[in-house]
Amino acid sequence: MRYAFFPGCSMEATAWDFGKSARALFKALDIRLEEIPGWVCCGSTPAHSSSEGLALALPALNLQKAGAMGAPVMTACAACYSRLRAANHRIQNDPESRKRAEQLTEKPYDGGVAVHHILDVLVNHVGRDVISSRIKRPLRGLRIACYYGCLLSRPPGIVAYDDPEHPSCMDGLLELAGAETVQWPFKTECCGASLAITNNDVVNRLVHRILSMAALAGANCVAVACPLCQMNLDLRQDDARKAHGDFPTLPVLYVTQLLGIALGLSEKDVGLEALTVGADKLLAGAAR
Amino acid sequence: MTEKLQWAGEKFMREVEARSGARVSSCLQCHKCSSGCPIGPETDLLSSQAMRMIHLGMEEELLGSRGIWLCASCQTCSARCPMGIDVAGVMDVLRMMAVERKAALPDKARGRHFHRSFLGSVRRHGRVFELEMMAIYKLRSMDLFRDMDKAPKLMKKSKLPLLPNRSRSAGEVRKVFRNARKEEER
Ligand code: SF4
Ligand code: SF4
Repeated sequence: MRYAFFPGCSMEATAWDFGKSARALFKALDIRLEEIPGWVCCGSTPAHSSSEGLALALPALNLQKAGAMGAPVMTACAACYSRLRAANHRIQNDPESRKRAEQLTEKPYDGGVAVHHILDVLVNHVGRDVISSRIKRPLRGLRIACYYGCLLSRPPGIVAYDDPEHPSCMDGLLELAGAETVQWPFKTECCGASLAITNNDVVNRLVHRILSMAALAGANCVAVACPLCQMNLDLRQDDARKAHGDFPTLPVLYVTQLLGIALGLSEKDVGLEALTVGADKLLAGAAR
Repeated sequence: MTEKLQWAGEKFMREVEARSGARVSSCLQCHKCSSGCPIGPETDLLSSQAMRMIHLGMEEELLGSRGIWLCASCQTCSARCPMGIDVAGVMDVLRMMAVERKAALPDKARGRHFHRSFLGSVRRHGRVFELEMMAIYKLRSMDLFRDMDKAPKLMKKSKLPLLPNRSRSAGEVRKVFRNARKEEER
C-alpha cells in the first residue's frame, strides 16, 4: 500500500502533533506515505466563501500533482479532505467547473484522483484484522467520546465512508485498541471551526455544550480527527468554563495519537507534549 | 392558458440558483436546516429564512446580514435538507455576492477580513502562514484584543511557527490567483 500524502497547512503548525502521529502510525503499520511534492493550501473556508474559481483550482493543483505520482491521496485533516473531495465532485459532474479548473491551473484535470481520509484508510483499506493484531498496549481505562465534527461525514454524496448523522468508524478503531467508547448525541455537532478567529464567543458556547455532553455521557477523554476541532476543544476549555459554567476537564487527543500509543509508540513519537490539557494521568493506566 | 409566474425577486433567485447549483426554489420551508444550525442563538438570519428571502428577492437585507458571515460552513443544513438543497453552498454564494456588490457589510462581518487575510497569505507563500495571517487580520478588522492569550499559549507548544512554510509551488499558486482575478474581471 502506498499513498500520496497531503499534509495541509495545519499539520506543520497548529496541528504538528496530528501530522507527526499520523506519519508515525503509518510507519508502524508499514504503509508508505509519500508527501505530494510542492503541495499547496487547499484554500479551506476562505476560498469557498470568496471565489468559486479558487475553491476549484487550489485543490486541483494538488490533485494534478498527486495524479503524476500514480497513487491515491490520503489526508488526515478533515477540512482539506472535504475541500479536495468537493472540488473533485464538481469537476467530475459539471463540465463548466472542469473547464474553469483547467483554465486557472493551465493544466488538464478530470477530477479522477481518489481522495481518502485517514480514518477511511485505516478502517477500509488497512482493516480491523491488521490493526488488532498489532495492538501492544491496550488503552485500558479510557472511556472515549469520539467526536467527528462536521466535515468527516458531511455532506453525504461528497464524503461517503460513514453514516452522516451517526458515524462509528472511529469508535470501532479505538475499541480495537482496547478502549471503551461512549454513546453520545453530539458526535457530529459543529465546534464553530474558524469562527474561533472572528467570533470566539460562539465557539466557547459550542465547546461548552460539546464537552459537557461528553462528560455527562461518561467519557474521560475525547478523540478527534480534525485540527480545528482539536484546537477549539483543547485550547478553549478555560474560556468556555468562564463564560458558561463548570464541566470536567477532558483531554482531547487525535485518533492517531491514541492508536499510536496502542501500537506501542512513545508519547514523544505521537507528540503528546503538544496538548494543552495533558493526557499523562489518563494514559497512566494503559498497560506498558 | 398557461402563464409563467413572474415576480420582482425572480431574477435574484435565479442568479443564486445558477451560481450555487442549488434549487432554492424547491425549498418548502420545513426549517429542518435551521433547527440543526449551530449559530442559531447568535445569528440574525436562519438558513430557512435566508431561503425565503431569496424567494422574495430581498437582496439588500440578505447581503447586508450578519448571518452570512456567522455561518460556520458546517454543512449540517445541506446534509439534512429533505429537498437536497445545498444550503451551505448558497451561503457561500451570498457571501461572494455581498463582497462583489459592495453591500453595506455589518460591523460584525469580520469573516470577510479573515478570508482576505488568509487568502493573501496563501497567495504569497502557497500555504497559509498563521502568524502573518493573524497579524494582518487583526489590523484589518481592528479586532485587536480578542483572544490575546492564545498566541503565547500556541507558541509555547511550537504551534505558531515564526517563519512561513513556503511551498515549492508558490509560483503556480500565484498564477492561479492571477488567472482567477482575470476571470472575475471579465
Ligand atoms: S453551514 Fe452555515 S447555515 Fe448551514 S447549518 Fe452550518 S452554520 Fe448553519
Ligand atoms: S431544510 Fe431545505 S426545504 Fe427545509 S427549510 Fe431548509 S432549505 Fe428549505
